[in-house]
Amino acid sequence: MYDVAIVGAGIIGASIFRELTKYNVKVIVLDKENDAAMGTTRANSAIVHAGYDPKEGTLMAKYNVWGSELFEELCRDLSVPYKRNGSLVLGFDDEDMERLKKLYENGQKNKVRGLRLLNREEVLMKEPNLSQAVKGALYAPTGAIVGPFELTIALIENGVTNGGEFKTSAEVIGIEKEGVVFCLKLKEGEPIKSRYVVNAAGLHADKVHNMICKESFKILPRKGEYYVMDKSQGGIIQHTLFQCPNKMGKGVLITPTVHGNLLVGPSSEDLEEKKNVGVTSKGLGLIQETAKKTLEHINYRENIRNFSGLRAISDRDDFIIEETAVKGFIDAAGMKSPGLSAAPAIAIDVVAILQQIGLLAEPKKDFQPKRHQIRFAELSPQEKQELIKKDPRYGRIICRCEQVTEGEIVESIQRPAGATTVDGVKRRCRPGMGRCQGGFCGPRVQEILARELKKPMEAVILDREGSYILTGKTK
Amino acid sequence: MHYDLVVIGGGPAGLAAAYEAYENGISKVLIIEREKELGGILNQCIHNGFGLHTFKEELTGPEYAERCIDKVMYSTIEVKTDTMVLNIEEKYIHAVNGVDGYMVIKASAIILAMGCRERTRGAIHIPGYRPSGIFTAGAAQRYINMEGYMVGREVVILGSGDIGLIMARRMALEGAKVKAVIELMPYSNGLSRNIVQCLEDYDIPLYLSHTVTDVVGSGRLEKVVVQAVDENRKPILGTEKVFVCDTLLLSVGLIPENELSKNAGLRLDPRTNGLIVDETMQTSEEGIFACGNVLHVHDLVDFVTEEAQNAGRNAALYLNGTSAKAKTVQVLNGNGITYTVPQLINLSKDIKIKLFMRVSRPYYNQEIVVKCKEQVIASFKKKVLLPAEMQNIVLETKQLREIDGNILIALEEAE
Ligand SMILES: Cc1cc2nc3c(=O)[nH]c(=O)nc-3n(C[C@H](O)[C@H](O)[C@H](O)COP(=O)(O)OP(=O)(O)OC[C@H]3O[C@@H](n4cnc5c(N)ncnc54)[C@H](O)[C@@H]3O)c2cc1C
Repeated sequence: MYDVAIVGAGIIGASIFRELTKYNVKVIVLDKENDAAMGTTRANSAIVHAGYDPKEGTLMAKYNVWGSELFEELCRDLSVPYKRNGSLVLGFDDEDMERLKKLYENGQKNKVRGLRLLNREEVLMKEPNLSQAVKGALYAPTGAIVGPFELTIALIENGVTNGGEFKTSAEVIGIEKEGVVFCLKLKEGEPIKSRYVVNAAGLHADKVHNMICKESFKILPRKGEYYVMDKSQGGIIQHTLFQCPNKMGKGVLITPTVHGNLLVGPSSEDLEEKKNVGVTSKGLGLIQETAKKTLEHINYRENIRNFSGLRAISDRDDFIIEETAVKGFIDAAGMKSPGLSAAPAIAIDVVAILQQIGLLAEPKKDFQPKRHQIRFAELSPQEKQELIKKDPRYGRIICRCEQVTEGEIVESIQRPAGATTVDGVKRRCRPGMGRCQGGFCGPRVQEILARELKKPMEAVILDREGSYILTGKTK
Repeated sequence: MHYDLVVIGGGPAGLAAAYEAYENGISKVLIIEREKELGGILNQCIHNGFGLHTFKEELTGPEYAERCIDKVMYSTIEVKTDTMVLNIEEKYIHAVNGVDGYMVIKASAIILAMGCRERTRGAIHIPGYRPSGIFTAGAAQRYINMEGYMVGREVVILGSGDIGLIMARRMALEGAKVKAVIELMPYSNGLSRNIVQCLEDYDIPLYLSHTVTDVVGSGRLEKVVVQAVDENRKPILGTEKVFVCDTLLLSVGLIPENELSKNAGLRLDPRTNGLIVDETMQTSEEGIFACGNVLHVHDLVDFVTEEAQNAGRNAALYLNGTSAKAKTVQVLNGNGITYTVPQLINLSKDIKIKLFMRVSRPYYNQEIVVKCKEQVIASFKKKVLLPAEMQNIVLETKQLREIDGNILIALEEAE
C-alpha cells in the first residue's frame, strides 16, 4: 500500500515524485513507457521561460516565474546541464514594438526580474548575427536553457535514492476507489493500491482523469517540429531568440542548447490523434521560412536530427492543478508550455495540496538532495587522468562525436532507474547525440548494455517497446 | 612523449603513410587508432575488388588491410590502438586510452588520416517517425560482417552509392528481401561494376530520380513512402509508392571527418569538406600532412595508398629539412568539375603531380582542360566521365613555371 501513486514520469510527475521523497511517505511513480521522460518532456524547446508571457493571474504565470527561480539550484544539486543565457523577444516593425511593450508590462505584473526593452543597437550588440531588419527587443535575463530529459531522469533517480519507487511499462488502465483507497489497475501485473493519486499523465491526463472522475477537461495534441544543428552552429547566437507573436502566429525560436547545438523550431499543428507521426516536409519547410526573419543564414546542411513533440493543450487554457471531485485524486494536467519551467514550483504546491487534504508528511531527516554525474568531456586534463587511473573504462571513448566514455555508459546503466535501451543511455550521457547520430557508437553501446544487463545482443532494443535492432545471427 | 611523426588514424591511409615515412628514414613513428584493430573501414568490407592497382591482384578489404598492417608490424613503427585523439594544439596531441590515461604527445610532424563518416538521416532531412530499423549502410555492414548479426528482413536502400549497392547484395545473400534501391539523382552514384554485380545479378530494382518522403513505424520501421522527383529534385505529387519493410539503409554520402582539423585551425575546402593541401599533401600548417578519405572521399583504396605514400614521403623530407618552398599556384575549378585535390601546387621541384577530381554529373566526349587565363597548358580527352568515378590527370611542375597566375581546370566539349 502506497501513500501516493503518481501516474506519469514526465517532468511534472518526476518533479512531484522527488519532492515527495523529501518526506516520510511511501510513494511510487508509474509510467506506461519503458523509461522516464518518454512523452512531451523528451521533445520540446528546453527553455526555462522567464515568465513575461503567461497572462497575469493565471496558474501558468505564477508557477512559471516561481519555477524559473528554482532551476539553478535544482540543476546544480542534480548535476543536470542548465544555463541562464537570457531570452530576447524580437520586434521587426512598429506593431511588434507595441506588442513588446505590452509583454514587458505583463512581465512586470508577473514580477519577472530584470526585464528591459532594448533598441536596435542594443539588440545587435547582444546578437551581432541577427537579421538587420530587427527593430528592438524585450530582454529577459532570467530566461534559461536546460536538458529536459536529463533533469527528469535525474529527478526520478534521486527520488529512488531517497526511497521512492519507479515502475516502468506500467500503464494504468483503470482506477477504482474502495473506501479511502485507490486501486490502479495496470495493463500488466498486480494492481497498485494507494491513498492518494496524482494524475500527471501529460497528453493522456484526460483519459486517466476520466477513469475515476467525471469528464471536466479535454487534452488536445498540438505538434511542434524542430531542427537540431551540429555544434559547429551552436555559437552563432548566445541568447534564446523568440519572434514577437503577431497575427501571423507565434513565430519560431532559435536557441543554443545546453550542449552547444542549435535548435530551430517549433512548428505548430493541431492534430486529431494523440499519436506522433513525426516530422513532415511541410512543417520543416515552414520552420525554414519563418526562421529566416530572425537569422537570414542558417546552414541547414549542418542539421543532425529532426524531431517533433506533442503539446498537451487543455480546453481550459491554463494549467489544471487541483484536487478533483473525487477526494484524494489530484490532477496536474494541461501542462502546455511553460510546463517544463513551472514543474519545480508545481511540485511544491502539489505536495502542499496533498498535505492540506490529509497526507501526513514528516520531513525526512536523511534526505539526500544531491546526485553527481561524471561528464568526461567537461573535465580538465588532470581530472581526466585521475579518473582513468581509478577506472580505465573512463579512458575508452565510445562516442567519438560527444566524447563519451565506456565508464559513463556503464554508470548510466548501473545507476538507480538506470538505462535499459540504447536511447536510454543516449538520453542519460549522450552517446549518439552527435553528428554521426550513433552510426559508430550505437552497436558498441548495445554491446555494453547486453554485457551489463546480461542479455543477448538481440534483446537490446533502441527505444520504445518493439523497437528491436537486430533480427538474428547471420548465416 | 615525443615522436618524429605521429599518424592519426590506422586505416589504409595512415598505415601506408607511416610505412612510407619509415622507409624514408624516419624511425620514431607512432600510429594512433581509436578502434581496437588497425585497418579502418577495410575490416568490414569483406567483398572483393581491392588492390588491383597496388598489389595487381583482387583482394578483399581485410586482406588488403592485412598487407598494410604486416608491413607496419615488421617495422619499428609504434602503434596505440583503442586510443582516441581529443585534440591537436600546435603539434601537441592530446589523446586518451584506458592504459596510458591522458597523454600529451609532442610530434615534429603529423599526418592526419582520420577517414570519413556517413551522412545520416538528419543531414538529408528525411521526414516521418523515428522507429528502429533505420541504419546507415556502413553501420549495417559492421553489424553483419564484423559482429555476425542481421539487421532486418525486408529492406529498402536509399542512395546508390557503392556502400549501398554492396549492402544490397550482402543483405540479399543473407536471405533478406531487398525491395528497392532508391536514388535521388537521374544516375547512380556507384561504380558501374557494382550496379551490375550487386543489383542486376540479384534482380534488385533501382529507382532513379526517386526519394523517400515518409517513414512510418512506432517501434520498428513498418513502411516507407517513395516518390519520384522532378528536375529540381522536388517530389512529384501523385507518384507515391509504399514499400512495406522493416529496414531502411541509408547510403547518402560520406563526409571527411575533420573535427580535429577544424579545432586545430587548419584550412578546409568547402567543396570537399576536406583539408586544403598542396602537392606534398601538406595542409595549411607546416609539418601537418593529410591523406586518404579525410581529404576527399576516394572510390578505390589503391588511390588512397598512393596518396598516403606521397604524404609519408613528404613528411620524411620535411623532417629531414629538405623540403623547400617556392612559388605556389592555386588550382581552381571551372565548368563540370566539383573539386580538385591538391588545391595548391608548389613549384620548387621538377616533379609530376597527380591531380584528383570529380565531375558534377555524367559527361560524354569531353576534354579536361587546364588553363591559365586563356592559355591552355594541357588537355586530356575523356570518353565518359561519371560522378561516381574519381578522375585523375598528371601535370608536370615544369609546365607551370612560366605561367602568371592560377590554373583553372574545366570540362570542354571534345571536337
Ligand atoms: C513543441 C513543444 C515545445 C515546448 N517548449 C517548452 C519550453 O521551451 N519550455 C517549457 O517550459 N515548456 C515547454 N513545453 C511544454 C513542456 O514540454 C510540457 O509542459 C512538459 O513536458 C509536460 O510534462 P508532463 O510531465 O506533464 O507530460 P509528459 O512528459 O507527456 O509526461 C506524461 C507521462 O505520463 C505517462 N502516461 C500517460 N498515460 C499513462 C497511463 N495511463 N499510465 C501510466 N503512464 C501514463 C506518459 O508515458 C508520459 O511519460 C513544450 C512542449 C512542446 C510540445
